[in-house]
Amino acid sequence: MPAVSTVNWTQLSYLVAAVLFIMGLKRMSSPVTAVSGVRWAGVGMLLATLATLAFMGASQLNLVLVIAAIAVGGIVAWVSGKRVAMTDMPQMIALYNGMGGGAAAAIAALQLYRGGEPNLVHVSVATIGGFIGSVSFSGSLIAFAKLQGLITRSVRFGGQKVLNATVLVAAAVFGVMTVMGMQTGLPVVSLFFAAALVLGIAMTLPIGGADMPVVISLYNALTGLAVGFEGFVLDNAAMIIAGTVVGAAGTLLTQLMAKAMNRSLGNVLFANFGETAVAGSGAQTGSQKPIEASDAGVMMAYAQKIIIVPGYGLAVAQAQHKVWELTQLLIDRGVNVRFAIQPVAGRMPGHMNVLLAEAGVPYDLISDLDEINAEFETADVALIIGANDVVNPDARTNKASPIYGMPILNADKARNVIVIKRGQGQGFSGIDNALFVLDQTRMLYGDAQAAVSQLIQAVKAAG
Amino acid sequence: MIDGVIALYIFMLAAFTGYEVISRVPVILHTPLMSGSNFVHGIVLVGAIVALAAADDTLMRVIGFLGVVLAAGNAVGGYVVTERMLKMFKSSGKK
Repeated sequence: MPAVSTVNWTQLSYLVAAVLFIMGLKRMSSPVTAVSGVRWAGVGMLLATLATLAFMGASQLNLVLVIAAIAVGGIVAWVSGKRVAMTDMPQMIALYNGMGGGAAAAIAALQLYRGGEPNLVHVSVATIGGFIGSVSFSGSLIAFAKLQGLITRSVRFGGQKVLNATVLVAAAVFGVMTVMGMQTGLPVVSLFFAAALVLGIAMTLPIGGADMPVVISLYNALTGLAVGFEGFVLDNAAMIIAGTVVGAAGTLLTQLMAKAMNRSLGNVLFANFGETAVAGSGAQTGSQKPIEASDAGVMMAYAQKIIIVPGYGLAVAQAQHKVWELTQLLIDRGVNVRFAIQPVAGRMPGHMNVLLAEAGVPYDLISDLDEINAEFETADVALIIGANDVVNPDARTNKASPIYGMPILNADKARNVIVIKRGQGQGFSGIDNALFVLDQTRMLYGDAQAAVSQLIQAVKAAG
Repeated sequence: MIDGVIALYIFMLAAFTGYEVISRVPVILHTPLMSGSNFVHGIVLVGAIVALAAADDTLMRVIGFLGVVLAAGNAVGGYVVTERMLKMFKSSGKK
């Protein structure tokens, strides 16, 4: 019978934390329990951290450094996380994710610099984890910079893939040298990490902004994996479990996103579609027909069923609150109003849901593609706000279109379509939209926020 | 000490768990979920703490310090933004 004193409290806290993480993630799968889910996971994190601090037995200097580092990282992240606007959430997630990758790489670096690891398996796993963490770190920073608008161009040049391959090979060679000869020490290990960091940058730079969500999701999965690997090196079961759970979940999430965008992961990473403007194939027949806000407002006021399709343009114009105001007016008149969201609307799958939730739109009014596509046929009005490609019927019918095959919202099946759009130009991807020239489509030109305000006035005037 | 084969078992079971837990999440929660899973790998913080605690020269302390700063940023930032997003989701039933 073991004495109580042999109970390893740190390990026990890790076990509890791992359970809380998994249950927390599970609770996040429903909007009803989601907040409690993240709090459960938070309790697990706090518990594991406190137990680690209490039982690690560090020198006084190291203990001070640990506390100082937690304070610095924690406070900066707390303040930035509280302040960031909901529209900027994707790049913030990329940034925090990159930090996790960097931390995993730092753990690997410490293990490898110290050297003297007798166990070949441990050194190999530490090296691979360090490689993945480094790529995720520098790649996520580039993704952040791109979405934040710090890097506006996608850097591409001939021989880029050759360069990337060369850097990859270099990282692999230094990695193998690190594993094989621990006594080679500092220079080789440094070169290994430098090559991995450069690879993350070189891989991410050519990828266009439209594909960034898939990349961020991929790096999220990679960081999870790196954390899992370093957990093995450190004999830390909580890190192995949490890291691997995130690695697997992130991989699934990445696949779902790529599928929703009609892109394969390989395509995203190596084909540079993101903003390669494909010239609109096949001339558009017909022309765009404008409508006044007052007429559009009357049409909506006397409709029975309206489906609103919000796109990223809505968020850019900060029109979510106005749209919810308009929706409430219409609901009070007895109109059945629903929101239809294509999975990749916004900067990231589910981003648009967050933006609508921020404006106060209840989640049960919001439907995704599969739920609502059959309902467009019975809708009197489809109101498109700042969305373009996700309602382009060419994706269903025109094999020559670059977005052919992408799952879209069938807004063209509605009896009337009103499109709020800045001007007559093409959308984000530079592809012509066949929806805009249909007989039942009317264009309401202008800034989304101003246009929706006018619609609110028009609906009120309809009495 | 976690034995190699035991570690493989843990990896395998955790991978299945992650896959299953996520596969039932509705699209509307994908962004908070990515953020939430991002928070969960913030557990790297405990590893970074242990690594820095064992540091015994200046170079190691610098790397370890950076690691803990980054890990704390991952954990705290991930938690704050996830909670902020999820708190906003309301149903029309309980406005």
